[in-house]
Amino acid sequence: MSEQQHGIWEATQASTKFQNLRKSYRGFAFPLTIAFLVWYFLYVVLSAFAREWVATPVIGHINIAFVLGVLQFVTTFLIAWLYERHSSHKLDAPSDEIKHEVEKALGH
Amino acid sequence: MDAKTLSSVLFLSFVAVTLVIVYRAGRSTKKASDFYDGGANFSGFQNGLAIAGDYMSAASFLGIAGTIALFGYDGFLYSIGFLVAWLVALLLVAEPLRNSGRFTMGDVVAFRMKQRPVRTAAATSTVVVSIFYLLAQMVGAGALVSLLLGITDPGMKNYIIAGVGILMIVYVTIGGMKGTTYVQIVKAFLLMIGATLLTVLVLWKFNFNISDLLGAASENSGKKEAFLSPGLKFGKDMLDAAGAIDPAATLASKLDLISLGLALVLGTAGLPHILIRFYTVPTAKQARKSVNWAIGNIGVFYLMTIALGFGAAALVSRTVLFRGYTTNADGLLVDKTGAVITDGGTSGFTLDHLKDLSADAKKLLVPIDPSGNVAAPQLAQFLGGGEGTTGGAIMLAVIGAIAFATILAVVAGLTLASSSSFAHDLYANVIKRGKATPEQEVKVAKIAAVAIGVVAIFLAIAVQTLNVAFLVSIAFAIAASGNLPAVLYTLFWKKFNTRGAVWAIYGGLAAAVILLVFSPIVSQPLLPNLAAAPLFKEAHFAWFPLQNPGLVSIPFGFLMGWLGTITSNEKNTAKYAELEVRSLTGAAIGKAVQH
Repeated sequence: MSEQQHGIWEATQASTKFQNLRKSYRGFAFPLTIAFLVWYFLYVVLSAFAREWVATPVIGHINIAFVLGVLQFVTTFLIAWLYERHSSHKLDAPSDEIKHEVEKALGH
Repeated sequence: MDAKTLSSVLFLSFVAVTLVIVYRAGRSTKKASDFYDGGANFSGFQNGLAIAGDYMSAASFLGIAGTIALFGYDGFLYSIGFLVAWLVALLLVAEPLRNSGRFTMGDVVAFRMKQRPVRTAAATSTVVVSIFYLLAQMVGAGALVSLLLGITDPGMKNYIIAGVGILMIVYVTIGGMKGTTYVQIVKAFLLMIGATLLTVLVLWKFNFNISDLLGAASENSGKKEAFLSPGLKFGKDMLDAAGAIDPAATLASKLDLISLGLALVLGTAGLPHILIRFYTVPTAKQARKSVNWAIGNIGVFYLMTIALGFGAAALVSRTVLFRGYTTNADGLLVDKTGAVITDGGTSGFTLDHLKDLSADAKKLLVPIDPSGNVAAPQLAQFLGGGEGTTGGAIMLAVIGAIAFATILAVVAGLTLASSSSFAHDLYANVIKRGKATPEQEVKVAKIAAVAIGVVAIFLAIAVQTLNVAFLVSIAFAIAASGNLPAVLYTLFWKKFNTRGAVWAIYGGLAAAVILLVFSPIVSQPLLPNLAAAPLFKEAHFAWFPLQNPGLVSIPFGFLMGWLGTITSNEKNTAKYAELEVRSLTGAAIGKAVQH
């Protein structure tokens, strides 16, 4: 790859447009990743160390452990939906735009 | 026609249909690179189904339902870990991987590094993880056959394992990625239908009242409310000889649960056969959609395993779930030392008089199959009308055939992942230094598929006694320790370099494997009062108290990646610019990197 082509990648990376895209992606994906990992490990740690509390019945034979487990499913579906919404509204358009600019500059 | 014949007929029909599909897929393959990515033109929906088909293994279907049926709530912990793990793949891995790689995990990890050392490392860990996972599935196939078809002859079981191995080689070498993908789609479809049918029938029995289902399950299990809370299998209170709680062993047991949780949630995004599925779609947007479809399918499936597991616990007798208890030559029930259980009397008890035993004597019984792997098929038989009825036979056969189909689709995916990495990373980029033609590469990949298949057949026959869930959790722990740190660092850390990548992969891989060798799974634990049923019962060298190495080996993989990076002067700022722009935008997607 020529020096000039390397220049295209670095110039694109430094551009405001790309930096905004990067920020918009990382600013959404990173905190959400930390949040769901903390929430998941809270669940695992409670399952290991708070046995009596999670065994407390809520309705009928359904106890806190069961509710927490089902909530993990709910939050997983919710996060997947939130990320899809964020990506299709905020990330797809600028990412496509940059892609076309880069490919044009590269002569593809 | 009895259940066994019907099961065989259904399974052989599945094999026949998939062989036709694979043959047609193979004929429509044009470019050599189609072997790796199936033409990279599947839709997000198709690939989502294929991912579900690739991911939901026999361990998920039979293993989780069985664990819930026997131990109650604890089986549910597997389901949750296996599902939440997909968020790592969705948020951090799927789209950047699709955008910056072509065929293998090594493509992305080696993108901005020295090719030969990094690709060698990536290919090594791909093959190791895939082989562990392959063994789990093939051992599972052998066990399943003996359960469903009543085959107990070990020679016959070996032929079944060999048959599964030969089929997966045929799928992969003839159909490549395209054929494998179709097999996985068909399987996912069948599995979802089968699980939905069973779930609806179970819930119907309880008028769709989940609380009643749980109540009946805890009642029938004999464990009362404890059956509905964590603690019967994982993180147990360990007792010493005097019956008091041993704090050290109990803590180790609870940490083991956390270690398993960590391996499950971080393993998925490092499994090579899952990663290469993202290359079968044309764009990052479709990769994202595939993961969303996969999360939908897999999530609904794991919710259904709750109904299947608790349904089996509520409706099927414990004796059937355990496939009976061990008896001596006279048909008398014996304890684990082989002594006849007398229960205070003078003569023993036969299986027919099981109900006459006292509660204390029942604790001495030795289940023939303590894994519960037959819970789902047994539940199916019960829901169809029970043993000896036509409905029961049909249901048992259908669910049994679906379980076989499940195994075949997963083993094909694994063989493809490891042979691709061998050909593309090791042969083309390390041995031939990037000078191989695509045709040569694919030829090597096919030879590798045959070789890996044959190795897997012999290893699987050798390790048949190992527990399936154990082999799967090792594969997850190794994938999370050896692969995930390198993948995440290379995508998101500018300074990451060759030494960092090599240390991360070999460090994580070695830590996971070494800790396993010194775990209570291989030999007797040195820490007293730990639960263990090791491979070598006479050996005592398990200084590592946890069965799952993840808690230590995963952070170690990340640590080594960091340490390797900061102790090396290599910088690749320009290449990182290219990787970052490509991974976020998909510019020059699918084009090889020039070095």
